[in-house]
Amino acid sequence: MRPPCDPSKFVAEAVKSIPPSGIRRFFDLVSGLEDIISLGVGEPDFITPWHIREMCIHSLEKGQTSYTSNYGLPELRDELTRTYYRRYGLDYNPASEILITTGVSEGLDLAIRAVVNPGDEVIVVQPSYVAYVPSVILAGGKPVIVSTHRDDDFSLTAEALKPAITSKTKAIVLNFPNNPTGAIMEQEGMEDIADLVVENDLFVISDEVYECLTYGGSHVPFSSLEGMRDRTVMLNGFSKAYAMTGLRLGFAMGAPDIIHSMMMIHQYSMLCAPITAQVGAIEALRNGKGEMERMVREYDRRRHFIVKGFNSIGLECCNPKGAFYAFPYIGNTGLSSSDFAERLLNEKKVVTIPGDVFGEAGEGFLRCAYAASLDDLRKAVERMGDFVDGLKQ
Amino acid sequence: MDEMIRHILEILENDARASPEEIAALTGMSAQEVSQTIAKLEETGVIRHYKTIVDWDLVGENYVYAVIELKVTLERNQGYQAIAERIYKFPEVRSVRLLSGNYDISLTVRGKSMKEVAFFVAEKIATLDQVQSTSTHFVLKTYKEDGVILHEPESIKRLPVSF
Repeated sequence: MRPPCDPSKFVAEAVKSIPPSGIRRFFDLVSGLEDIISLGVGEPDFITPWHIREMCIHSLEKGQTSYTSNYGLPELRDELTRTYYRRYGLDYNPASEILITTGVSEGLDLAIRAVVNPGDEVIVVQPSYVAYVPSVILAGGKPVIVSTHRDDDFSLTAEALKPAITSKTKAIVLNFPNNPTGAIMEQEGMEDIADLVVENDLFVISDEVYECLTYGGSHVPFSSLEGMRDRTVMLNGFSKAYAMTGLRLGFAMGAPDIIHSMMMIHQYSMLCAPITAQVGAIEALRNGKGEMERMVREYDRRRHFIVKGFNSIGLECCNPKGAFYAFPYIGNTGLSSSDFAERLLNEKKVVTIPGDVFGEAGEGFLRCAYAASLDDLRKAVERMGDFVDGLKQ
Repeated sequence: MDEMIRHILEILENDARASPEEIAALTGMSAQEVSQTIAKLEETGVIRHYKTIVDWDLVGENYVYAVIELKVTLERNQGYQAIAERIYKFPEVRSVRLLSGNYDISLTVRGKSMKEVAFFVAEKIATLDQVQSTSTHFVLKTYKEDGVILHEPESIKRLPVSF
């Protein structure tokens, strides 16, 4: 008889070195509960606008189910070129400077693998989306954390960035508008970062998936700053702006060398992004502006509501200028983020995400997605108010 | 258009019962500012009316609706306005529209029975001097009214936690 084996020994060291996600246990807690109100989602509560879904259905009816070019459908890349020229005067060649990816998640992995050599340091600005650090580790790089702070409205400052840069630093991952803080960067602050980038010859991976969800001002792509175009790969997608999360569609824009290198990995791993989603994305870019802006105005109103609500129940919350997250401070309750979130869930059935999930700099905060119905937001604020009052007694 | 006015109008178009306090919480304006703005919008006719969309079938009031197409002949010195006015003053008439195409005016008429609607059209509308012909289409089912889907399909479940 052949001997039994322990399959865990086959797992690669790189995977084992990914820090465990503190959210796993929390996820299991939530799945057992009924009648919960969730501010824990990272996706719109809108359904993909009908004209986009209808176009996807039509393409399936026609039998459009084949592979596409590794780079993505040419019509979609053409449409992206036109869109970014119109919005920002950016000029990307659809044949060589745009890659369609399976969500920004894939684009992120590709961008990091395309530029990181083993041992390279990659600066990750936190609090931020949970995938950056593991992606750097999986590529053999070394993540170096730079924290943003409430006093700066969670914007990145050159002072904070500078000490983290060493001779081994290869790249920096930026994410503005930011998940989980809702922070944006003003152009002035971005220029300071750009100066440091040039001084230290760095590459920038800029995740701008919340680009369209910017309130009371317009988004400035990092690549639009002088001298930054060829040092930056912009990662973006359709999930947030057009409520297309499950359709998994993103894109990367950058210099031909970078995009081509990303495509080299993409062609052997993903081959191409799903064609149905690509067809939907073309429709979104051509005819989706009205619906997108309607959704953004709706988020804007909920943003006002929830920020005011949190402040009125004693949770200090600065005004997020982007994305659909509020990031109230709960440190003065004496509870840690995870204790607060767990007790809030068990006692009041409101799901929030502890801020430290997004990096140590998020400790003392909660991520609350306001991509939920106004009724749910009202109930959530009320229940959280009761919970905070209960803590004081 | 002022961004705040757009917010107020969108909120009210979606929920006419939203209070000034509620609107204030959604826009960052004060409740007083909201009230004043709404008063001005009402005064200037931007806000025409507040109404409720009722599904009368569910309480057993089986109204009959019909869409009536009219061809009309215009008289000297009288435009479409005159004939539209004559028609819209009947309370049975729920909407009146001037259209391009094969016929001129489209009405929606509500009554308690098909007979009542048919007689109303025959006696009150078809007999008007300017009306050349009428064509009555009874409504069998309304799926969507003024942007509101009357029988919403099931909602989609999202994961309660995602990043």
